Amino acid sequence: MSSVSSSIDVAPGAIDCARQVPGPGSGGSGGAAGSGGPAESRRSRARRLLGGKRLAPALLLVPAIVILIVIIGWPLVQLVVVSFQQYGRAQVFGQAAPFIGFDNYTRVLGDSQFWQVLARSFLFCAVNVVVTMSLGTLIALLMTRLNKFFRALLSVGLLLAWAMPALTAVIVWGWLFDTQFGVVNYVLTQVTGIDFIGHSWLINPISFFAVAAIIIIWQSVPFVAFTIYAGLTQVPDEVLEAAQLDGAGAVKRFRLVIFPYLKSIFVVVTILQIIWDLRVFTQVFALQGIGGVREQTSTLGVYIYQTSLGTGDYGAGGAIAVIMVIIMMAISIFYVRQVIKEVEL
Amino acid sequence: MIVPPSARNGVRRYQVSGPRVKRRLANIVFSAIAVVIFVCSVFPVYWMINTSLQPNNEIRTPVPNFFPKDFTLGNYVTVLFEPSRSPFLPALANSLAVTVLTVIIALVFAFLASLAVTRFRFKGRKAFILSILIIQMIPAEAMIVSTYRVLDSWSLLNTIAGLTLVYVATVLPFTIWTLRGFVNGVPVELEEAAMIDGLSRIGAFWKITFPLLAPGLVATGVFGFIQAWNEFVLALVVMSRPASQTLPVWLRTFQQANGTTDWAAIMAGSTLMAIPVVVFFLIVQGRMTSGLMSGAVKG
Repeated sequence: MSSVSSSIDVAPGAIDCARQVPGPGSGGSGGAAGSGGPAESRRSRARRLLGGKRLAPALLLVPAIVILIVIIGWPLVQLVVVSFQQYGRAQVFGQAAPFIGFDNYTRVLGDSQFWQVLARSFLFCAVNVVVTMSLGTLIALLMTRLNKFFRALLSVGLLLAWAMPALTAVIVWGWLFDTQFGVVNYVLTQVTGIDFIGHSWLINPISFFAVAAIIIIWQSVPFVAFTIYAGLTQVPDEVLEAAQLDGAGAVKRFRLVIFPYLKSIFVVVTILQIIWDLRVFTQVFALQGIGGVREQTSTLGVYIYQTSLGTGDYGAGGAIAVIMVIIMMAISIFYVRQVIKEVEL
Repeated sequence: MIVPPSARNGVRRYQVSGPRVKRRLANIVFSAIAVVIFVCSVFPVYWMINTSLQPNNEIRTPVPNFFPKDFTLGNYVTVLFEPSRSPFLPALANSLAVTVLTVIIALVFAFLASLAVTRFRFKGRKAFILSILIIQMIPAEAMIVSTYRVLDSWSLLNTIAGLTLVYVATVLPFTIWTLRGFVNGVPVELEEAAMIDGLSRIGAFWKITFPLLAPGLVATGVFGFIQAWNEFVLALVVMSRPASQTLPVWLRTFQQANGTTDWAAIMAGSTLMAIPVVVFFLIVQGRMTSGLMSGAVKG
């Protein structure tokens, strides 16, 4: 609790410091201003306005940087260190952890289970992303064609799905797919005439992932739909009308007019979906708890958890985690580049 | 609420011009599809509430009750007060404490940082923004063990302070990024004008810019709220002691409490846990999307 009150104390203090910074145009503001280039007048004016000393931004950044270094940076360093150590249960209880070079990595990379988990994660992610993006885009397009009432209705439905906590969602869907008393089995039995009562969806890895995919897609389509819909409203009417007058059908209009306009939104949303779906944990972990076979249904995040906390092989768990972070970074480079393209930093 | 201002006349935007009958038919088809999607989205939520309002023996019937036949609030009473179960109220208190603290601290820190990044040019500014973008990509699952060890070394395991610290660090990058977009949206000229009118630098910022940022602060705050309220993995590892469980962890232990799962009670617990988030979402969803757009896409 004490950390909280002190952190709140920091806030006014930092602003006060900014105030004490000498006024506009005072010395020490030289360096960066010159490198500004054209179109920077607003920036430099802001700079002049709010004080030019380096101290002010530094003080404003201190709380954020400290907490990021301590809670993200330091554990990240430790993670890398552990991945090069022999680190098991004994080390948790205080024994020295010897460095063993790349042993953990060779062990992990030589384990066929790791490759299975990796392939499974990518495949699962790919299916989720493709379905989510397609459905989300179609729903966004649909929303532009609805009248106010039906658009509001649809929005409320999507919102409810989006707002459900992931764990709650898994539990509810687990109940819907319950072997004995689940509605899904009941309805399927009624509709198809085949007796589905007693059918377990989670035992078979393929239908396990089908259920997991339904849950994930159900929750992530709303974000995609809302974002793309918001983008669609920015496409100028005139351009679409012109395209229509030139005889472009709906598909052509989407491909040639709408998509180019929204390309950056599509790219960023797709990459965010890839990242989120690749690191999916709660859904798979909780579904396993309801009744999946762990060995055949783990994805990367769950696999790290099981290797580290389940079997106590923290060294190998660390190595897998480092590999996962590297994969994420590789993917996110595109995201970062895209964002930087859009934004004047 | 959901419609951005510019979309207000967007109803007939992409309407295909053609024979009136054809258009009307298309409208009916589209509306019907919308209803189908609505039902698919809402049904699980409805089923959760429906189940939670029935006695446990009633939900275990060959034919499911699509409406609560024997309406009861008994499951909620069980969840809230049954002494043999993991108690709800302490978990609620933990969740509330962690969530509220996370939101406040993250907002204050992120606000200061976003000011630094938008209103000043300094060495390392680009590096800071880049690191914020990249940090967002580091999966929490990969960091569980090392986060656990760091908290352990400071004796912060099973404490509200420890979990709050972790959550603040998790939501901070996104919060800074989004707020940055909002602060950028307020022209510096406004502050300048106020200063010409005699306000101090801080006064101008406080009286002019800050009120214009309120919607952005609310939207980012809600994002932090949802993250902290729903987070499961870190809480599971870091708050393992029964007394320090948060709601998601509580909900899961609940499920394993006895051999045969008490689905009706779990649905009641799930409903209780989802209500705050759903309410917040309904209030600020429109702003969240525009905030996400301005942060992630447009700057």
